Formats: sequence, structure tokens, C-alpha cells
Amino acid sequence: MRRLILGILGCGLLLGVWYLAVDVLALGRFGSLPPLAEVLTEWTSHEPAYGTSLFTHNYYADIWISVRRVLEAFVLAVVLGVPLGLAIGWSRRFRELTFPVLELIRPIPILAWVPLAILMFPRGEQPVIFLTFLSAFFVMTLNTLLGVQSVDRDLVRAARSLGASPRDVLRTVIMPGALPYVTTGMKIAIGVSWFSLVAGEMVAGQSGLGYLINSSYATVRYPTIVIGMLTLGIVGFATSAAIGALTGRLAPHRTRAAAA
Amino acid sequence: MSRGAILRGALGILAFLALWELGARLDAPIVGVLPGPADVASSFAGLVGSGGYWESWLASGERVLWGFVAAMSVGVPFGLLLAINQRAKALLFPPFEILRPIPPLAWVPLSILFWPTQNLSIEFVIFLGAFYTVVLNVVGGAEQIDRRHVLVARSLGAGTWTVYRRVILPATLPSIATGAVVGMGITWEVVVAAELISGGGGANDGGGLGFLLWNAYQGGAIAQVIVCMISLGVAGYASSVVVRVLSERLMPWKEAR
Amino acid sequence: MNAASLQIEDVAKSYRNQSGELVALSSCSIEIAPEELHVIVGPSGCGKTTLLNAVAGFQGIDGGLIRLGGETLCTAERPAEPGADRVVVFQHSTLFPWRTVLDNVTYGPVIQGRRSRAEARSLARERLSQAGLAGLEDRYPAELSSGAQRRVEIVRALVNEPRVLLLDEPFRGMDQITRDLMHEALLELYDRARPTVLFITHDIEEAVFLGSRVTAMSARPGRVKATIEIDLPRPREAGLRASARFNELLADVLSLVHDEASRAFVAGDREAA
Repeated sequence: MRRLILGILGCGLLLGVWYLAVDVLALGRFGSLPPLAEVLTEWTSHEPAYGTSLFTHNYYADIWISVRRVLEAFVLAVVLGVPLGLAIGWSRRFRELTFPVLELIRPIPILAWVPLAILMFPRGEQPVIFLTFLSAFFVMTLNTLLGVQSVDRDLVRAARSLGASPRDVLRTVIMPGALPYVTTGMKIAIGVSWFSLVAGEMVAGQSGLGYLINSSYATVRYPTIVIGMLTLGIVGFATSAAIGALTGRLAPHRTRAAAA
Repeated sequence: MSRGAILRGALGILAFLALWELGARLDAPIVGVLPGPADVASSFAGLVGSGGYWESWLASGERVLWGFVAAMSVGVPFGLLLAINQRAKALLFPPFEILRPIPPLAWVPLSILFWPTQNLSIEFVIFLGAFYTVVLNVVGGAEQIDRRHVLVARSLGAGTWTVYRRVILPATLPSIATGAVVGMGITWEVVVAAELISGGGGANDGGGLGFLLWNAYQGGAIAQVIVCMISLGVAGYASSVVVRVLSERLMPWKEAR
Repeated sequence: MNAASLQIEDVAKSYRNQSGELVALSSCSIEIAPEELHVIVGPSGCGKTTLLNAVAGFQGIDGGLIRLGGETLCTAERPAEPGADRVVVFQHSTLFPWRTVLDNVTYGPVIQGRRSRAEARSLARERLSQAGLAGLEDRYPAELSSGAQRRVEIVRALVNEPRVLLLDEPFRGMDQITRDLMHEALLELYDRARPTVLFITHDIEEAVFLGSRVTAMSARPGRVKATIEIDLPRPREAGLRASARFNELLADVLSLVHDEASRAFVAGDREAA
């Protein structure tokens, strides 16, 4: 209970500092930022001065576009990254052949791919989804690989000595054993997806929350920038929570053991 | 690593380059629009001699460095404070968690509005990107300290301050180091994005690899774009190695495994 | 039960590391009769685990021969593949944490295609309840005590009716009281099914209490020092530990092992378990 009060107090403190520094005192550079009161009125206004609020259609359209892009990229990254990570972790040959290539490409910052993404996938949605996918894909592949490598070697041996073939081992030991890392990877990947999506939309997008923020800056609709940022925070948090809840179901033995 | 592993690794990379070159030459779908590795190599040879290319390295590197240093020097004490003081955590962690889901790049416009120079605004966004990771790692690490270490120190006569300095800080070092390595990785992601978003640099803004990349793209010099991508990869990788090596120096006991 | 004999003939194995070659096993020969519970006891680094791994098919050997039921199991040229005729129980739990107790026990028969899932389940229930584990079928391993985990693991191995059961220090790290109870539980299972057992330990009391015969090994290079017949009657119960004969045998094995262990102790060798 005291924690809750302190937590609310902390959040109030954040808003208070914002209100005081920008709205009331307009201290130096803080004066150039959008005031708290203006952002709140704009956000909840039926007739927003800058065109985006809780009651405008375009607000939800932008949210939906961003969410859809993230989910598409995320699903694609899981569907492609997990099998690749399994293959790299499972087959030494395959790992030796492909892992160096992956490790060469991986350090390149995702946003440095923007020009190539636009060139290679010229149609509308595609460049942004590609960028978002790419960042999540590396996370999923790498985490799955780590998951495979984390499986206790003696579990593999035990399965073999109980009569499992290597293929059985992959299915009954490696895959469930790597699962905790895969689910962790999914939680990281969804965060990384939002990171790249926003950057991608800001640089190369024509729509979505990142685009809303950037275009609001260009057209001097400063309160809308903050609305976009806060919305991103909320939506990003919600998707992470959804992934967390979803992955929690995948491993009943862990939840039960934790409860015991 | 065995000789076979190195050979196969080299083979994999060669195959990748060959496929890329082939795809570029034959106008294969997707890859066909790109220049091949040979063009990229010759573009690189052209850039190496130019001062502007190396200045871009320096400019981006400097931003990363300052953003990173700021994230470490604010993030480590902040994280320790949250880990040590329950009340501070109850008060400050919720607003931290509320701000955290906002992607750092979304801060670019506000950052530009707030900070007087473009450099400062980019450095601020870099700072943000690394800050969350550093704090989370420090908090996680400090909370997982074996209570017995603290008790042992107490029973050996250590005071509160000595416990912080001689037990909690060194025991948290591995997580601080992890935070630093991951944080450093993020800084390079952010610097490129921030440089791109703030819309290409004027001559007096000191350039940067992200700017160079964007300008090359606008000028249609795709080979140069790829050179910039590779340079960024190398820069990011090298920075991570530096951070890792430095952190290993700080923790000689971790080597004896 | 199809308990088989196990013959280890002149087996040699070396490892290479930075400081040169380490001879783990050198001309090591042991004969184990069908239905015998054979214990190998020796200090850390005497190559006993290496030997067990060779039988299990996890590692190859450099020389010699291992026979199972009279047929060649492995040679230096032809290492054995792991298989359900030689099930291993390891030092630490290798129960699959994501499977319930019941699904752990049915794993072997189902994966080998020897039994349908339903058959395997009813067999597993029967064996679990014989071992006093009824009621735990739907628990996950993490929800069990370490003693119960071990017993489930032994049941999981025995349900495959292996020709030889390989136990690699299965009770290491347990407290004395649990360990004594585990010994009785193991012997009960052994007396019921009478498999051939190769049991590895560095605990001499455990060796004498469990074994039909005990082979003492020396370290670096790993070699058989002597094999002692344990002529204690079965079924064995806890009270046996206080008997004069038990303590005589204990002293015999102890004297065989002691000077070896102290040599390794003085040399300060790190445990290579």
C-alpha cells in the first residue's frame, strides 16, 4: 500500500516537474517545450487545435497502422528466426558455415539499412516492416541459439540413453529446453521492434505513430508530438505485456514450480 | 576453434559475397538493385583517402562517447540508489517504468526543441537509449547480491559505507559491465537513427556516419551507402570490444574460471 | 528382465589438454555377472566416469574392448551408440523439467516405439506406486524433493528393462539421512527387478552397503586395484551398517582406496568429475 502511494507520488512528481518547469516558470530552454496543460487539453479535446486527440479518427488509424506493422514484423521474425536459431544451435556444420555471416551483418545498426530497405522493397509498407523485422529477427535467432546451447548436455545424454534418436532429442529435449530463451527473446524482440518501427516510420514512413511525431515536429504541432510519444509508451507497454502473458502460458512447469 | 571451423566460416562468408555479387550482376529480385561487393570495395578505396570519411567516424564516435559517458555516470548511481534504498525505488521506479516504453527515437523532436545545438540533442537521445539498459542492469545486479557477502562484511566489522563501497559496488560490477556492453550496442543504433531523423547535417554540424550515409543515398551513391553501413558495423563492434576489455580489466577475478 | 553380463577388457583412454596427455584409464578390466550390482569406487579422477561413459556410448575408448551379454559393444575403432539397453542415471537430476513425473517415466518406452502411450502410462503408474511414488504422477520434477526426484529417475530407467543400469554417483551431495533412505529404496527396486547394475561412487560406505562386489580403482592412470566380494546377505537393511562383517569389509575397501586418495589430495589436483 505504501509502495503504491509512493509510486503514484513519483509519477506525480514527474508531471509536477514538467508542469512547473514548462507551464509555470518556462525556465530557459524548457520554455520551448509543449506545456503539460496544453498537451492534456489537446489530447482530450473533441476539437483538437492540431488535429489529433482521443476523439479523432486519425489518432486510432495511426495507432492501428503501427501496431499492425509491429505484429507483422514480429511474427515474421519469430517464424523465421526460431527455426534458424535451432538449426544453427543444433548442427555444428551449419553453425560454422552460417554463423560468421550472421555475425558480420548483425553489428550494422538497423537504421543504417534504411536506404537499402527503400531500394530493395520499394512498395509502401515494406521498407518499415523490413527494418522492424530485421531487428527482431536477429534477437530471435540469437536467443534461440543461446537457448539450444543452454540445454544441459546431460539431458541430451539421458534422452539418448533412454532410446531417443538425435531427431527425437531435437524435438523432445532441445526444443522444450530452449523455450525459456525463446520466450525471453520474444519479450526483447517486441521492444526492439518498437524501437526500429518508430525510427523507421520517422525516416521512411508515410503513416504510423513515428510518422505522426516527426510530421508534427515539421509542421510545428508540438503538443501532438507529446501525445504521440505517450501513446507509443502505452501501446508499447501493452504489446509487451500481451507477449509476456502469452509466453507465460507456454511453460506451465515453470509457473507451477514458481508457485510451489 | 578448429581449423575446419575457420575454413567453413570463411567458406560461408565467401559464398555470401559470391551470391551477392552474382545477384547484383544478374539483376536478381531484391538484391539486383544493389551494387555488388566489388563496387562497394572500390567505393571504399575511394573514400579511405578522403578526410571527410574519417571526420564522420570521429563525429559519430564523439556523440556516442558523450552519450555513453552520460548514461553511465547518471545511470550507475541512479541504479544503485534504487537498489539500495527501498523508498527511493518505490518513488522513482514507477515514473522510470512509465517513460521506458517510449522508444528513444521518439524523443528526437523534443530533444531538438530543447537542446541549443544539434549535437547536444543527438547526444541526449543516445544518452536515453543507453540509460534505461544501464539502470535496469545495475538494479538487477545489485538486488541479486548474495546477502551473505554483506553479512560477512558486517561481521568482519565493516560499516555501512564500507559495505557499499567494498561489497555492493564490486558485486554489482559484472551487471554494470553487462549494462555497459549492451548500452554501448544501443548507442550506435541510436546515433545513426538520430542523425538520419534530424535530417542530414549541414557542414557546420560536423557530419557523422549516419549523415554521410543519408547524403550518399540522396546522391544515389549506393555503394557508398553500403560502405557507411559496414563502417557503422565495425565502429559498433569495436566499441563493444573496448567496453568489454575495459570491464574485464576492472574485474580480474572473473577471468579465473 | 533381461539382465546381461558386462565385460570390460583392457580398456584404455587418454585425454589431451594444454599440459600434455592425461591417462584416464589404463588396461582396465572388470567382469560383471548378470544381475550383479557392481560398485566401482575410487577417488576423483580415477576414470570411473570415463568408463561408465564408454559403456553408455557417450565417449569412445582408445584401446580394449567392452562386451555386453557376450557381444562386442565397443572397441577403439567402433564406439558404442547410446541406447536404452544401457540406461544411465546421472549425478544430478536429468528429469525433463517440462514433463510431469508420469511423462518422464513413459518417455523411454514411447520414444522407442515399444509401447503405446496408454500402455506405457499404466506400466509407469504401476512402477511408480511399487516404488512408493504413487500420487506424484502429475507433478513436475521441480515440485518434488531431491530424494523423490532420484527415485523417479531410477524408475524411469528401470521401466526400459535395460540390460545394464548405469548409475553415476546418483546420491552425491545428499545429506546422510536421505542418502541412507535412498540406499534402501534402490536396493528394494534392485531386489524386485534384478537388473545388472554398474554403480559408480566415491563413497566407500555406500559401495559396501549396496554392492555385490566392489572394485577399487586408483587414480592417474585409472587402474583396477582390486575387487572385493561383499558377502553380506540380501535383502539388506539399515541395521546391517552396525554389523561386524560390514565394518570389516568397510575397512578392507578403505585401506585399498585411502593411500590413493591421499596421494591425489596432496598433489592438490582439481576434481575432474
